[in-house]
Amino acid sequence: MTHDQSFTNQKFKVVGTRVNRPDGVDKVTGRAKYGADATAPGQLVGLFLRSPHAHARIKKIDTSKAEKLKGVKAVITSADLPDHTNGALLDKLTNCMARDRVLYDGHAVAAVAAIDRQTAKKALKLIKVSYEVLPHVTDVDEAMKPGAPIVQPGTKTRGVDPKPTKDSNVAGVSTFGHGDLDAGFKEADVIIEKSYKTEQTHQGYIEPHACLASVGPDGSGELWVTTQGHYTYRTDCAALLGMDLAKLKVTSSEIGGGFGGKTHVWIEPIALALSRKANRPVKAVMTREEVFKASGPTCSTSMDIKIGVKKDGTITAGSAHIRYQDGAFPFIWGQLGAMTAFACYDLKNVQAVGYDVLVNRPKVAAYRAPSAPMAAFGVESTMDLLAEAIGMDPVELRIKNAAKEGTKASYGPTYGPIGIGPTLEAAKNHPHMKTKLKKNQGRGMACGFWFNFGGQTCTDINIGSDGTVNLSLGTVDVGGSRASMSLICAEELGIPYEQVKANVADTSSLGHNDTTEGSRGTFSSGMATIFAAREAIEELKNRAAQMWDIPVEEIEWIDGEARAVGQQHDNLPPLTLKEIAAKAAGTGGPIAGHNEVVADGAGVSFASHICDVEVDPETGGTKVVRYTVIQDAGKAIHPDYVEGQFQGGAAQGIGWALNEEYIYGEDGTLQNAGFLDYRIPVCSDLPFIDTQILEIPNPNHPYGIRGVGETSIVPPLAAIGNAVSNAAGVRMTHVPMSPPRILKAIEDAGA
Amino acid sequence: MQVSLTGGLRSAANGAETIDIEAETIRELMNKLLEAYPDMQDHMDPGIAVSIDGEIYRDSPAKKIPPNSEVFLLPRLQGG
Amino acid sequence: MTGVLVDTTVNGDAVQFACPTDETLLDSLRDRVGLTGVKEGCGTGDCGACSITLDGQLVCSCLVLGVEANGSEIGTVEGLADSESLHPLQEQFINHAALQCGICTPGFLVAAKALLDKNKDPSEEQIRYALAGNLCRCTGYDKIVRAVQAAAKDLRKKKK
Repeated sequence: MTHDQSFTNQKFKVVGTRVNRPDGVDKVTGRAKYGADATAPGQLVGLFLRSPHAHARIKKIDTSKAEKLKGVKAVITSADLPDHTNGALLDKLTNCMARDRVLYDGHAVAAVAAIDRQTAKKALKLIKVSYEVLPHVTDVDEAMKPGAPIVQPGTKTRGVDPKPTKDSNVAGVSTFGHGDLDAGFKEADVIIEKSYKTEQTHQGYIEPHACLASVGPDGSGELWVTTQGHYTYRTDCAALLGMDLAKLKVTSSEIGGGFGGKTHVWIEPIALALSRKANRPVKAVMTREEVFKASGPTCSTSMDIKIGVKKDGTITAGSAHIRYQDGAFPFIWGQLGAMTAFACYDLKNVQAVGYDVLVNRPKVAAYRAPSAPMAAFGVESTMDLLAEAIGMDPVELRIKNAAKEGTKASYGPTYGPIGIGPTLEAAKNHPHMKTKLKKNQGRGMACGFWFNFGGQTCTDINIGSDGTVNLSLGTVDVGGSRASMSLICAEELGIPYEQVKANVADTSSLGHNDTTEGSRGTFSSGMATIFAAREAIEELKNRAAQMWDIPVEEIEWIDGEARAVGQQHDNLPPLTLKEIAAKAAGTGGPIAGHNEVVADGAGVSFASHICDVEVDPETGGTKVVRYTVIQDAGKAIHPDYVEGQFQGGAAQGIGWALNEEYIYGEDGTLQNAGFLDYRIPVCSDLPFIDTQILEIPNPNHPYGIRGVGETSIVPPLAAIGNAVSNAAGVRMTHVPMSPPRILKAIEDAGA
Repeated sequence: MQVSLTGGLRSAANGAETIDIEAETIRELMNKLLEAYPDMQDHMDPGIAVSIDGEIYRDSPAKKIPPNSEVFLLPRLQGG
Repeated sequence: MTGVLVDTTVNGDAVQFACPTDETLLDSLRDRVGLTGVKEGCGTGDCGACSITLDGQLVCSCLVLGVEANGSEIGTVEGLADSESLHPLQEQFINHAALQCGICTPGFLVAAKALLDKNKDPSEEQIRYALAGNLCRCTGYDKIVRAVQAAAKDLRKKKK
């Protein structure tokens, strides 16, 4: 059955209320089971041996001594894994376990499974790897220079004409935009051209990657794992190891944060391979050091931004060249960044060029609106410089140039109804803008853009004989989505929220669901839940028709009960969902609703942030004193968790802006692979984070929902950069704006 | 029907910013695209998304493309 | 495994376990006592997810050896609620949506209880500094601080 996904201005009874989440009690009592919390009879401990070098050829791996150690049940190197040479999965497998070369500090070279941690640790020490150390490169600009060590031999730059013949670390160049840049810049009264850099950061989820893998000699297996996409993990693991999809059951544990980092497989295929070799369950849990070194942080970047403006504030042209380091494996992070750079604005002449560059760092994974925050830092910082140059209020400058319905987006297509204008107007009128600043304080604002996705989604509703409802979802619950989905299910069926129990189904209980990424959870699972509930209602009406012995066409479903319509049925009292459910056995068996949907049309998302900072001119330390997030949610199903997404994204952005960075030594090894030296914001670093939810309905969702998970991390780098500039009188062009960098900028300005 | 190319896709079509392809569905568009420009295969693996009148479709090969609609080919997006 | 026998009281109950001398109390509690509510986020005392009380003192159980707990009283998140109801902190964490993924929640609850045991009416700043050893990556701490403020109020009312 196909359903209409258009927005219908429905009046809500429970959607939009702040109910308690169904997994709350489990999570405050310690009962909730995360990736590392499962056990299986006879389980082994899986540990990894990792490269100490940034780049080296593996001459030989001798595992014989480790294999002989008592208590060791399996040892694995790339030689034990299927050969995917020239296959599409080669990069994935090679990242999980190095083959002929190690490509970054922390790259796995071997793994062991042993009866306990102590034995496994001993076994790792007995594995002898001989390396031939190769020249390395970890900086994005260095990697682009001629003569730089080549990270992936055979890489030819895509997207340039004529096709290059020489190997390069630049995997791809992508250009977006329209109009005539030269003509645009000629029209400008003021042109600002500036270069910026941002350092590499990690999603910093508190739960390390963890799984419990079990494969039997019959080729069937189970994987309990912390992941944003258990179906994707199943697809990848099965393909990498040559298993049948149906015979690998993947269960998504409670997930202790992901933010994009748990969209790829890391240790999981190897844990399965160890289990298959040992014929015992294997539990593998990354240490925090391993998480930093060998999962998927986001890119560092280097960029040149040039924008021209007329005295009246009209932007005549904008250009961006943004170089993203993808780690050791190519992806399209630079393309994505280039698409987002100018997406907030209505520009006649615009060009953004993204470069995807390979370096000897871990494979980059998505991090909340991946690639957008860096581009926004460059563009939004330059916007403030332009405002200053023409003597215009920075918010007014943005409002004047904001994209709107009908604007040709800088990445190509024409926008439908969008929320950038309203978030900027709300920022302009927000009380925050009117508060007085104290000495050494400054205010900054910035806006941000991100795409939303829909994707393959599938949901089941099963109504029990007592009228309570099981809602089975295939998107994982990272931040309270079981509460939101239960609200939607209750709304449609017309029953109390408490009557619904939502759970995240394993891969053998529900059809494929795409990974929970791209802010898609509430948008797409919400849509599938609405449609599944509507199917269940059709069935409930059929059952009521049988119970009353009247045609189903004469029944309506209103407020959780079947009502017979028309005067001839005046004598029939309504049948509630509970009453119909109680008779299900005699009217056709269990009552269910089901829906599969490819939820396209998710649209785009915008936010504007305002922040006040205080900069200590003696130390260069920056304190965020007030912070406000304004974002379009389309429709906030559960406002608490929408606010939570806004606040969490802002906090991560604040950490990125002020503290967080991967620091590599001369030898190409990571110097700060721990939370002590890679400092994320703590409670005493932050103020309360104000939020304002705008609701501009998405025309392509029955409830008007837009994704809210990611956009909140896009504006903070620039908002803080602009605030620091106003507080300390120095323009920061390098993120993070750590105390030494700010102090140096203040000193340079004074000199 | 005019199809606009963005980003790295242009190089697979000899640098063209727009190409002419007649197609009623996204599936037909993709098939004809690959026929005309075999280099597009390189982009098919990470994936190509299609924007029709501003709506982005990633997994809807059966989606009908209305006549005179604005069609853009974009890289398949990845989120966090 | 060559182990040492350790006698402890965990959440009021007598508990005995054997562990190697180099095993952390965190691993002993999780792997031997079965209290997986105590979480490992870093193993280096930086994230507070493994917060417990050891003889009334708030500690990171990843920085204590299992054998050091011999003769001690241990308090974990599993011991916060009584048989009747949740602790006010637990109630208010749920009411205020003070958790998203929830992995840091056990550590926050134990740390917040340690604060409220000592200080019935902490200021916002005192709460923020008392919880500065616990990392949360989802919430920006906003709703956590509000939940602790509300729980402190509940506890003060209860006492009256």
